[in-house]
Amino acid sequence: MDFLNAITLLLNYIFVPALAYGSQLALGAIFVTLIYGILRFANFATGDMMSFGTMFTILFTWYFQSIGIGLGVLPTALLAIPFAVIFMIGYMLLIDKFVFKYYRVSKSPPVQLAMVSIGVMFVTQAVVRIIIGPSDRRFFDGEKFLIRAGEFKDMTGLNEGLAIKSTQVITILVTVILVSTLFWFLNKTKTGKSMRAYSDNEDLALLSGIDPKKIVMITWIIAGILATIGGALYGLDKSFKPFTYFNNMLPIFAAAIVGGIGNPFGAFLGGYVIAFSEILLTYAYKKFFMYVLPESMEPDGLVQLLSTDYKFAVSFSILVIVLLYRPSGIFKGKVL
Amino acid sequence: MRKNLNVIAAYSIMMGLIILVGIFQSWNIALSIFNLCLISAVMTMGANIQWGYAGLINFGIMGYTALGGLAAVLISVNPVQEAWSAGGLNILFSLFFIIGMVLAVRYVLKKYEKSKTRTYIIAAIIILGIIIIRFVSEPGIEAIEEVDPAKTGFLGGFGLPIIFSWIVGALFAGGLAFVIGKVALGLRADYLAIATLLISEIVIAIIKHEDWLTRGVKNVIGLKRPAPYEVNLQQTDWFINLVEKFNSSKLNLISDFAERQAALNQFVIEGSSIFVKLCYSGLFLVVVIILLILTQKALYSPWGRMMRAIRDNEEAANAMGKNVVKQHLLIFVLGSAIVGIAGAMLVTQDGLFTPGSYRPMRYTFLIWVMVIVGGSGNNFGAILGGFVVWFLWIESAPIGLYLVNLTTAGLHDTHFLKVHLIESVPYFRFLMMGAGLLLIMRYRPKGILPEKIEIK
Repeated sequence: MDFLNAITLLLNYIFVPALAYGSQLALGAIFVTLIYGILRFANFATGDMMSFGTMFTILFTWYFQSIGIGLGVLPTALLAIPFAVIFMIGYMLLIDKFVFKYYRVSKSPPVQLAMVSIGVMFVTQAVVRIIIGPSDRRFFDGEKFLIRAGEFKDMTGLNEGLAIKSTQVITILVTVILVSTLFWFLNKTKTGKSMRAYSDNEDLALLSGIDPKKIVMITWIIAGILATIGGALYGLDKSFKPFTYFNNMLPIFAAAIVGGIGNPFGAFLGGYVIAFSEILLTYAYKKFFMYVLPESMEPDGLVQLLSTDYKFAVSFSILVIVLLYRPSGIFKGKVL
Repeated sequence: MRKNLNVIAAYSIMMGLIILVGIFQSWNIALSIFNLCLISAVMTMGANIQWGYAGLINFGIMGYTALGGLAAVLISVNPVQEAWSAGGLNILFSLFFIIGMVLAVRYVLKKYEKSKTRTYIIAAIIILGIIIIRFVSEPGIEAIEEVDPAKTGFLGGFGLPIIFSWIVGALFAGGLAFVIGKVALGLRADYLAIATLLISEIVIAIIKHEDWLTRGVKNVIGLKRPAPYEVNLQQTDWFINLVEKFNSSKLNLISDFAERQAALNQFVIEGSSIFVKLCYSGLFLVVVIILLILTQKALYSPWGRMMRAIRDNEEAANAMGKNVVKQHLLIFVLGSAIVGIAGAMLVTQDGLFTPGSYRPMRYTFLIWVMVIVGGSGNNFGAILGGFVVWFLWIESAPIGLYLVNLTTAGLHDTHFLKVHLIESVPYFRFLMMGAGLLLIMRYRPKGILPEKIEIK
C-alpha cells in the first residue's frame, strides 16, 4: 500500500506535470530548431512570438465568450486557437517580409540575424504589452479536472490523490497530434522532404530546383502554428504573462540544443529531457521517502536537491554537460 | 580635426538635448539622465570590447552588473557581528569546502587522461561536495537569516568606503567571466549567447534567493555614499553662500526679507540635490574618461590589431601563431570586468541594492541596442549609443504620451482606446528601441559612428 502511495505521489507531482510542461517546451523547441535549421539563425524572439500568438488566442477567447460561444466542458480557447494561428502566421510572414528577408537575401552572417531577432523581440514585446498589458491573465474555462484528487482517493482507497487537470490532458493530446502530423509532413510529403533537403545542404537543394521562397514561407507558417499552440497550451495550463514567456525562451533553447539543433525529433525529446530534469531535481522528496522507508529512517529535511528558484540552473547544467560531451546534441543535429 | 567632425557634432547634439531637458523639464532630471548615461556608457564600453573588438557575443551583461552591485553591498555595509557569530563559521567552512572541491576537480583533470572513469570520478567529487557543503552550510544559513530579519538577516560587508567596490565589482565580474569563459568560449557564437544568457539568470537567481549573503528580495537600502548628503549640505554655510551667490540676480529682485529667506531656502533645497548629482557626475566622468583612454590605447596597440585580426578571420590569426582561445578569454574577462564596474557605480548612485530589479531587457538587451546603435568597434560610438539610447529610454514616455494625445486628439477623453493607449505609454519605449535597432541594422549597419581603423 505504501509503495502504491509513493508511486501515486510521484505520478501526481512529477510525472504528469512534467509530461505537460515537457510538451509545451517541445513545441517551442521544434519552433526554434526549424527556424535554426532552415533559416539558419538563433531566434531570440521565440518567447515573445509565443506570447504574441497566445495574446490572439486570449483575445478570440474573450470575443467568443462575449458572444456566448463555448465548447462546454472544453476550454473556449481551443476554438480560438485556429483563428489566432491565422493572425500569427500573418504576423510571421509580415516580419519576414520586412525584416528577415533582407538579411537572408544578402546572406548576412547568422550572428547578425540573431541581433535582428532581438529587434523583433523588442517590437513584439512592446506590441503585446500595449495590446493586452503586462499583467497575469488566466483564460481557462470549462471543466478544470479530469480526475480530482478526492475522487481518486475514494476510488482507490489510497492516501495520496492523483489529480489530472484537463489542461494537462489537452496539452499532451494536442502535442501528440501536432507533432505526429509534423513528422509525417516532414518525412512523407514532397514539400517536407524538400524542407529537410534545404536544411541539410542549401546549395544542393537549390540546384535540384527547390524553390527557396516556398520553403521559407512554409517554415514560417509551421513556426506560427507551433508558436501559437505551444504558447496557448502553456497559458491554459499555467497562466499568461508576457515576462514569463520571455523567460521560457531559456529552457526552450536548452531543449533545442540538447536534442541537437536543427533536428526536430531531437528538439521534441529535448523538451521532455529538460522538463523532467527540472522537476525531478527541484521536487522535495520528503513525503516519498516517508512512504518508502521504514519509520526509523525518515528524513528530517525536505530532501530537495535544488530549490525551485534555481530551475534555470538545471537547464544550464544539462546544456553544458551536453555541449561538453556531445556538442551536436543527444540526437545528432548540426555540429556547431 | 576634420575627420572627427561627425564625432564632435554627434556629441554636441546629445549634450544639447540633455541641456534642453534641463531647461524645459528640470536640471534634476537632466542630471540624473546624464549620470545614468555615463553608467550606460561604461557598460557599453565593456560590451563593445567583447563584441566590437573581438566579435564575442555576451548576453550575460545583466549578471555582471548584478555582481558589481553585490560588490557594492559587500564592501560598504558594516559587518553584522551577531550574524557572523551565529553562522559565520559554517559559511567559512563551506567556502573552504568549495575551494577544496574545485582544487580536487582540477587535480583530477590535470593528472588523468580523458576517460570514462575520470568523468565518473569528477561527477562523484562534485555530488559528494555539494552534499557535504549543504550539510555544513544549512544550519549556518538558517542562523544568519534569523538574526533580526527585518533589519539585517545577512552577514553584512566589510564597512569600507563604497568607492572601493568599483574595483572589487570589476574583480567579481572578471572572476565569473573567467569561469564562464573557460567553459563556454569554445562554443559557436549563438551557443555562447544562450549560455551567457542562462548564466546571468542563474547569477540573478542566486543573488535573489541567498538571503544570508544579499538579503535577497528584501533589498539592502541606505548604502554609504561617496558624495555628501543633501540634508547635511543644506545646513553648511559655504554651500548656502554659494547658492546665494549663484542666484543673486533672482534673489535681489525680492525686497522683503522673509520672502527672500524662503526663496533662498527653496534654492538651497533644489541646489543640494543638484550638487550631489554633480558630485556623482564628476566621479563617473573620471571613470568614463580613464576607461576611454585605456580602451582607445588598446584599440590602436598591436594587441588591438591582433584582436581585430582574430575577429575578422579566426583561422588566419590562428595560423599566424596567435593564441585565439587565450585572447578570447582575456577579452571576455576584461569586458565583463568593465561591466562589473558599471554595476557597482549604479548601486553607488542609487544607494540601494534591489535584486528584483535586474531584468534582462533592461540590463542585457538594452545595452546591446546601445552598442549596435552607437557603432560597435568604435568606443566613441559605443559611448554615444549609451547616451542616445538611455536618453530615448527615459524620454520615450513623454514622447509616447505626446504622440498618443496627438493621434487620438479626435477621440473623447474617456474613449476606451485613448484610455488604454495612455495606460500603455510605458511600453512604447520597447517599441522605439526595437524599431530603432531594426532601422539602424538595416540602413546603417555599422551604427551612428562607424568603426574607423586608421593605421598610424
